[in-house]
Amino acid sequence: MRLDACSIQELLRSKSKLRRQLQNHSCRDLRIAVLRGSTVNEMIEFAELFLLVEGFRCTFYQSEYNKYYEEAVLDSERIVKFRPDIVYVHTSCMNLQGWPPLSATEADHESFVAGEFSRFQQIWHSLQQNVGSHIIQNNFELPPFRVLGNLDSIAYGGRAKFVNRLNVEFANEALNDPRLFVQDVNALSAALGSRNWFDWERWYSYKIMTTPAASLALARSVTAIVRALYGRSRKCLVLDLDNTLWGGVIGDDGPENIKIGRETAVGEAYTAFQEYCLMLRSRGILLAVCSKNDEETAKQGFEHPDSVLKLSHFSAFRANWEPKHENLTAIAKELNLGIDSLVFVDDNPAERALVASQLPMVAVPDVGSDVTQFIPALEAGGYFETVRVSAEDFSRADTYAANSQRALLKSKFRDYGEYLDSLQMTAEIDAFKPVYLDRITQLTNKTNQFNLTTRRYTAAEIQKMSLDPAYITLYGKLTDAFGDNGLVSVIVGRKDGSTLHIELWLMSCRVLKRDLELAMLDELVTRAQAAGIETIVGYYYRTPRNSMVADHYRRMGFECESQDPDGGQSMWRLQLTTDYQPKRRYIQLKDLVHT
Amino acid sequence: MANILEELQPLFRDILDQPNLRITRESNSSNVEGWDSLAHINLVTAIEQEYNVKFSIDELLVLKNVGEMVDLMEIKLAAK
Repeated sequence: MRLDACSIQELLRSKSKLRRQLQNHSCRDLRIAVLRGSTVNEMIEFAELFLLVEGFRCTFYQSEYNKYYEEAVLDSERIVKFRPDIVYVHTSCMNLQGWPPLSATEADHESFVAGEFSRFQQIWHSLQQNVGSHIIQNNFELPPFRVLGNLDSIAYGGRAKFVNRLNVEFANEALNDPRLFVQDVNALSAALGSRNWFDWERWYSYKIMTTPAASLALARSVTAIVRALYGRSRKCLVLDLDNTLWGGVIGDDGPENIKIGRETAVGEAYTAFQEYCLMLRSRGILLAVCSKNDEETAKQGFEHPDSVLKLSHFSAFRANWEPKHENLTAIAKELNLGIDSLVFVDDNPAERALVASQLPMVAVPDVGSDVTQFIPALEAGGYFETVRVSAEDFSRADTYAANSQRALLKSKFRDYGEYLDSLQMTAEIDAFKPVYLDRITQLTNKTNQFNLTTRRYTAAEIQKMSLDPAYITLYGKLTDAFGDNGLVSVIVGRKDGSTLHIELWLMSCRVLKRDLELAMLDELVTRAQAAGIETIVGYYYRTPRNSMVADHYRRMGFECESQDPDGGQSMWRLQLTTDYQPKRRYIQLKDLVHT
Repeated sequence: MANILEELQPLFRDILDQPNLRITRESNSSNVEGWDSLAHINLVTAIEQEYNVKFSIDELLVLKNVGEMVDLMEIKLAAK
């Protein structure tokens, strides 16, 4: 159940349904008393759902409207009877009563601050004496208007100055009181913007202070705090590499050409994201890599002189061609962490969907594919919320580096097929067409990894082959549930009597492990048989970059005809018989109109 | 106009958690079970989000039933 993937509309509509679906989770019970200065049902209903996903089955108590002070200080019997694990004091700047007058002096300002602050101190002390639970206390948003304009935060009569001062007092108190946790509503409302935070129609009609988006942000934040209070904050950020930690695809572009550093706007954006990740590491969050790449190639990215992150910053490093959910499971095991400690960031929605579906306990924020939005998306999740930060946190990553062990997990492919089914893939596979010749030429010249012969062609050569009956040419375009991946595979076969020699077979790394190569093979066999071919011969020529396809033809069902002793070159044969069974299982072929 | 009423059926069913509910133009909080003040807020909020419209305080006060809300929504959506 992925609440992260639900829109506000879906969450608003389907609360009852979602609550029922989530109930079967194994949960611990949690009792939360909400002392409220406004109507909070919407926020509580959201929080209930998010907490259910995190394994907390909550019972809520709500104070009477705007009686948070009275029920905490004067008549706490009902709260005590409720036996809360947590008391959440949900107040806002709309609840502040003792505003200083516009003409306030410095002395007035001090005394008004002290007066308002002492109201809250009484609430906390009374709760601690009578109830003894953790307290989550909101600080204050900036008021929705500034009568003094920019002086509002400077002059002693300014309300912004008053709020800022109270927030400082709240922060100091929280620093010294381990049972008091301040929820920084000032920061939350700033992230959304004052105009998107306050909902005036609903405030005056129903005393709901926040917009649905703001209620959602509050619910997520409270959930993150509860996780932190119960030691369940996430501990490890697992990162993809290509177009996540740097711009470009290192296997194709080469390590010198990845986009990182301050020369270009794109490079700067990725540098900023790397710096953010490094800061997380400095406060004790472990970093790990999970990338579809050759390990050696992947590591070279961190030798780039402008790379902020270095190999030594990672507590685990998985660069291979296996499905990412398997790698994540292995990373968790290697680091001795629960799978629910991981946060996975990847620019590719298909990879995100795979991990989200196979590993529901891993947090997979929808970071999109624009690097400038990665940080805001991560921030909104509150995954690394913590109760306190210590010297042990600051050195945690180094400790892991010293103790790391590699453990490989048995592959479990059982559900991978379901994932491929869910992608609803269709492929357009046909002979070279004029409209695609440019793209085909481009691919033949830049694809290095999934490339059996690495034979390069000019545009003229591609066009010549497309018109020559001595060639069987194929391109493949793949579409899936996430959209059109474009033209991503090319095959060129040259006829020689009843034999077809595959002079070129390449595929973009974007679509690995989708079985597209099986669909291409099926179509190649169909056309070869129609042309009277009885044998297809494949060739593999090893390069520094294409070791991943050394056994491609074996996987396609070809027999090895000959092989260089050092494995640098091999030749493979497939006898075509009438009972060739199509190998593709997860890809539909698009019907093509042949003129 | 019948269109919006039909479109709202699943939304009402979800919010009021009644899979067999059928609302009509005459439906309101006094003749539909489960439509209490909390549900009312949820309904209005969900409709505002779904259709990207905003009801003003005056508008919300005078609406007597679903029919009047649908009429008001027609006007708002046409004005977009």
